[in-house]
Parts: sequence; structure tokens; C-alpha cells
Amino acid sequence: MSTEFPSPPPEPTERELTFEDILRWQAMSRMVERSLDEQGRAEGEAVSAPACSGDGSCGCASGTPDALQPQSLGAALLEKPMGRRHALGTLVGTLLAGTQAMGACTSVLPTGEKDRERLLLEFQERLKANFRVMTDQDKEDTIRRMERLAQLKRGIHLNMTGESAQEGVIFGYAFNVSKCKGYRECVAGCIKENNQDRRTGIQFIRIFEMEGGEVDFEDGTAEYQHEVPREDHFYLGTQCFQCTNPPCVEVCPVAATWQEPDGIVVIDYDWCIGCRYCIAACPYWARRFNWAEPEVPTDQINPDQHYLGNRLRRKGCVEKCTFCIQRTRKGRHPACMEACPTGARVFGNLLDPDSEIRWIIENKKVFRLKEDLGTEPRFWYFVD
Amino acid sequence: MNHVKAFLLAALDAATNGGRRYHLWMGFLSLVMVVGAYAYSIQLREGLQVTGMTDHVSWGLYISNFTFLVGMAAAAVMLVLPAYVLGDVDFSKAVLIGEGLAVAALIMCLCFVVADLGGPFRSWHLAPGIGFLNFPRSLLAWDVVVLNGYLALNLGIPLYILWSHFMGRKPNPKRYVPFVYLSVFWAVSIHMVTAFLLAGLPARPFWNSSLMGPRFLASAFAAGPAFIILMLTVVKTNTTYHIENVAIDKLAMIATVAAQANLVMIGSEVFKEFYFPTHHGINAQYLFFGLDGHDALVGWIRTSIALNCCATLILMIHPLRKNPKWLITACLVLFVAIWMDKGLGLVIPGFVPSPLGEIVEYRPTWIEFAVTAGIWSVGLFVFTVLVRVALPIEMGETRSPYLPRHLLDHGATVGTDH
Repeated sequence: MSTEFPSPPPEPTERELTFEDILRWQAMSRMVERSLDEQGRAEGEAVSAPACSGDGSCGCASGTPDALQPQSLGAALLEKPMGRRHALGTLVGTLLAGTQAMGACTSVLPTGEKDRERLLLEFQERLKANFRVMTDQDKEDTIRRMERLAQLKRGIHLNMTGESAQEGVIFGYAFNVSKCKGYRECVAGCIKENNQDRRTGIQFIRIFEMEGGEVDFEDGTAEYQHEVPREDHFYLGTQCFQCTNPPCVEVCPVAATWQEPDGIVVIDYDWCIGCRYCIAACPYWARRFNWAEPEVPTDQINPDQHYLGNRLRRKGCVEKCTFCIQRTRKGRHPACMEACPTGARVFGNLLDPDSEIRWIIENKKVFRLKEDLGTEPRFWYFVD
Repeated sequence: MNHVKAFLLAALDAATNGGRRYHLWMGFLSLVMVVGAYAYSIQLREGLQVTGMTDHVSWGLYISNFTFLVGMAAAAVMLVLPAYVLGDVDFSKAVLIGEGLAVAALIMCLCFVVADLGGPFRSWHLAPGIGFLNFPRSLLAWDVVVLNGYLALNLGIPLYILWSHFMGRKPNPKRYVPFVYLSVFWAVSIHMVTAFLLAGLPARPFWNSSLMGPRFLASAFAAGPAFIILMLTVVKTNTTYHIENVAIDKLAMIATVAAQANLVMIGSEVFKEFYFPTHHGINAQYLFFGLDGHDALVGWIRTSIALNCCATLILMIHPLRKNPKWLITACLVLFVAIWMDKGLGLVIPGFVPSPLGEIVEYRPTWIEFAVTAGIWSVGLFVFTVLVRVALPIEMGETRSPYLPRHLLDHGATVGTDH
């Protein structure tokens, strides 16, 4: 291990905690994390191991149960240090001394090493910048921290990415009004996929039941509780339309929401201050607020997450549909489309002339909601 | 340095000493603040679920009070403009009260915005440099800039004038009059920006009206002077500070004209919404007549308009306006009417029904009422302290004890026991 580590801060017993100390600890912990990653790779891709089926098909060395068990930074220390671990141990030792001092500052003395580590990680998470202005390294760091925190707090292994948009892709969605029967399977699929708060029941998708003939939201209802499909009625689903000119993005005072190159309007949940101006600005009522601390039972958490997508949110921030960014950027379909039993939903790349969505827009009589506002939604309705 | 210390001590002295009624008043305000702080602590812990707000009605009592109070702050310009710029002597004594009102109102505005935030500890994200202020795209970013700037102006100008008096000097007009001009434009801008914050949302046709800005100004210039008249009356009856009756008369005139303009604009809006009702007028229909049996605001807005008309009528009749009793009644009624109209009557109907036609009504919870009362107490507390500190200096009672003797003679006594 030839890396030069920054010198540990002086014993912070008497001194007040300075911002410099925090930055130093941050730098150190980043290095620790990086070394841990290297270590993980050396030990047979332990970090990504849970995603592996264990039969060796993915190329990883299977059958290393010890490596599969994520260990706390501190626990690694307690073992007899050897080789690289030795240097690492010294580092983590200093790190923990630092957290101890921090604990003393906040008068909450964490007992276990895990608590100290958690405290430090949470502290670092509070100081991070807007995702848009982060360097690739910053992004990587915060994602690692969040994965580690999920491990420490809930004992689960996340597979989070901050994958950027693919070139030559702009996503679009089409909704076949003739096919939708109002089963709301899409709503259920969405909640599961996107780690929605189960207690207050936040829903991104609303299916409106309307009486034949005209699209009139004031006469329709999304709160129907009866067997579907109902005679002489049709169903029309709304969600975030990822408008080409999104009014919600303009109004955000801290630029916590923006449009990505593939057209998806995203939110940095940790940068959002919860003023809810974007909720007022959306003409399609697509945004939701976490009025309370969201709750998702641990066994129901979807571990495949995207920083700007379905990662677990906290109270006081705004969220919305992202066309399942964590799936669609990997070439998969959104969960609502997969869940739909009638095939009413068509998703695809608008820039691909051979895509189904392009065929629909070019050959069907399509319409969008509130065209007069000039928002240009990337969500079209059509009938067979 | 000695002077600064003396100034602060004199200020502390003025703020903490007073008669029994003064202490009772401040004690009462403190009590309400404590209750508000307790309610806010619950909100911090549990999240905004403890309020009556929902995804449908995502702004409530807090933002309603915010929009109203921005107007109160802006109304201080109605005193500043004639006093400093036009050199109208009648107003010069009242102007400090106006600026004190602006400061108190702005502090309340900032408190209400923070109380409304889902993540108040992340409000540093708004700070340029360490945060990411979306300026000039977001109107809320504009509001952050103009409100803080206006607060600085309204703290700075009176502080300079009071300091000069405290030091036994005449304030140098070259030093502060440019800022006074600036503050006049700024006052108009804070209210316009706040109106644009709502009017700039095509998603909400109820707010998306070009009349929004002018109506904000008119209602502010009615409610603001009305409140200042009430405060001047309190000061006049409780202290020896002399305020010319002419100043109150002129203020009453301003309030009258503004109230009339405001009524004309209300009429114009009502005509537009109801002569040929469209889908875009559905929010107004909910507000004035109710929709599908939902009519939570109907009584509220009708009361407001009735009070508004009554107050304006009283003010329009010269003998009544000249009579202090009638004037105070009219000012009180006008203030309440505009608070009802510019607060809940403006913000809530923008959300009901939602852009997708769903009707969810809003009812504030006790937590919201307690926090709101607490913030109003903060404002009244600040206002009282500011007036208490400013008046003795303005009257020449308080001077720096370290001044040469000939300057000290100007005042009757030195206010503190140094």
C-alpha cells in the first residue's frame, strides 16, 4: 500500500471541531472506502457478490461465504491485521477516534463501532452537494456511503447506481385508452418497484374512470372501488409525463430537479428542501411529497436502485415517476408496463425510427393532455 | 467602541424596561411563542403530516400568511416615499414606525417560509456559494433575494438614522437617501415578485392572471397603512412621542384609495370568471359558490368581501374617516378583510380542485394554528422592541453618554443610568 494518506487530525479533545477536521475526515473515509473496495475486489468481488447466483456463471469466485457477509469497517480492524489491512487498520483507527470526538460534540456517545461508522457516514451525507455538480468520484462516494448505510441500518445489500443517460435515447410513453380496463396492476407494480411509502400509500400513477365520450377529469374519478371494467366507461392513466418543457423544473429554487438528456425529469431527493413549489407548478398533478417518514418493510425493499430513481426517500422531500430510470437505462421496460395485463402501455426510444412508440405516434390518432400549455409531454394517448 | 456598547445597552434598557402593561404584553407574546415553538417541534419530528396539507392542497396557512405579510412589508414604502423622497414633513415621524413594521413583517415572512419547508435543515442549499440558488430561473429564488435585500435595507436605513441621532449628529442625506430611493423600488418589487411567484404557474389558472401583481399592490397599500394607523394610534396614546394628525389623515387617504382600487379589481376578476364560466374558472366557482357540496371557503370569502366593502365605505365618507373612532374601526376591519382575502382566500382555491379535477378540501390543524400564532407573536415582539428602542432616540431622550457636553444638551435627559 503505497498511497499517501493525509495525516490524522490532532487529538480533538479540548479543541473545538473545525470545518477543516470534517473535511479531513471526509477525505480519509473516502480513502478507506476505496481501499475496502479494492479489498473486496481482491477477495472475489465481495461487494457485488449477493447479486451473483453462486454457480460461477457470472465469473466470480463462488463459495466464499465469509466474503459474502458484509463486514463493518471496524470489525475488519479487530482481526489480526496483515498486509494491506494493516495500513487500513491504522486509518480506520484514526477515523474512529474522529467519530468519537464527533460523538462527544453532539453529546450522543455511540457505543458500538457500527454506530460510530453510521454516525460519520450520516454526517458526510448531510454535507454533500447537488448531484448535478458532483464529480464522478463524489457520485461514487455517496452511492457507496448509502449502500453501506443500508447495510448498517437495515442489514440489506443494495445495488445502487448513478448511471447516466445513454446517447441517442429519448424516452417516450404511449397509453392505449381502448385497452386499459382499470385493473390498476400498474399502480401496484409501480409501488413495489419504486420503494413507495407503504404507510401513506404514495402513488405515482392515477387511473381515472370516465364515462364514455369525452375526456373530462372533473367528471371522472380515480377513487373508484368496484369491479372493473365498468360498462360504458373507459380508463385513462396519468403519471409524470416527463414534459419537454417541464414547468416544475423552472420553479425549483435550489435546482434540485432537472431534465436529463434522455428526457427523464429527475429529483435529487437529498438536495430538495421541500418547498413544494414544483407540486404547485405541475399541470398534471404528478408530484408527491413525503409528508411523513416513508416506511418500506425491509423484506419488500427493491435493492436495485438508482440515485435519481427508486432509492429510499426520507420525509420532507418531493418525488415522482421517473419512467423507472433504474430499469429503463439498463434497457428494460418500466415496471408499470411489465405489470399491465392488457398491453395498454407502450414504452420506447423516440429517437429509434423502428421502435413501436414511433410507429404509434406516426400511425395512430394520438393526443396529449393540456396541449395548450405548451409543456409538450412525452406521454401520448391513443385509441385502437 | 464605547459608543456601540452604550447604544446596545440603551437599546437593551429600553426593551426591558416598561410599565406593567408593557410587561404583560411582552409576557403574553412570549407565552404564545413558546406554544408555537412546541408545536413546531412536533412538526419537525413527525414531518408535515401533522398539518392539514396534502398532495392536493400542498400549501396552506403558512404560505397564506406569507403572501399577506409580504404586502405588509411592502406597504412601509407608503410612508418612506413621501417622507424621504418628497420631503413631506408630516410623515417623517411616522416613518420609523413604518420601517419597524417592514422589518417585523419580513421576519415573519422568513419564519413562515421556513416553517413550511419539508427540510428546514437543508435551507443552506439556498445560500449562494455553498448551495445552489436557481437564480434567475426560479421566482422563489428571486423572492429569497428580494426579501433578504429588503430586510437589509429596512434595517440599515433606520439604524443609520438612529445611530446619527444617538451620536448627536444630523444624518447625512448623501449617505442614506440613495438607499431610500432604492428601497422604494425594492418595496414594489418584493410584492410583484411574490405575486409573480403565483401568477407564473400556468398549471393553476386561478393564479395565472395578469391582475395578480396589481391586486397584490392595491391590497397591500390598503392593509399596510391601515395597520400603521392602528399602531400610530397606540404609540400616540401610550407615549409622549408626537405624531401629527395630518400624517394619520394622509395615511387614511392612501388606504382609502388603495381599498377602492382593490375592490375594482376584485369586481373585474369576478366578472371574468362568472360572465361566461369556463373550466379555468372552476377554482373561483369553488371559492365563491362551492363545488359538488364542497364549500369550506364560501363563508370565508363572502365575509371577507363584505367586511372589505364596509370598511371601504366608511373610509370613503369624509366625516366618518375624520372621526378617530370610525377610522380605527374601519382600519381594523379592512386589515382583517384583506388578511382573509389575501391569505387563505387566495392560496387555497388555487389548489381546489386539483389540475386533474379532484376536490380535496383543506382544514388547518391545531399545530398550524399554534405555529402561525407563534410566528405572529415573534413579529409583534420584534415590532414592539424596535419601536421601544427607536422612540427615545428619535425624541432625543437617549444620547451616547460619551459625547461632548454641548451635544448632550440637545436631549432633555440621558436615557440610561451611565
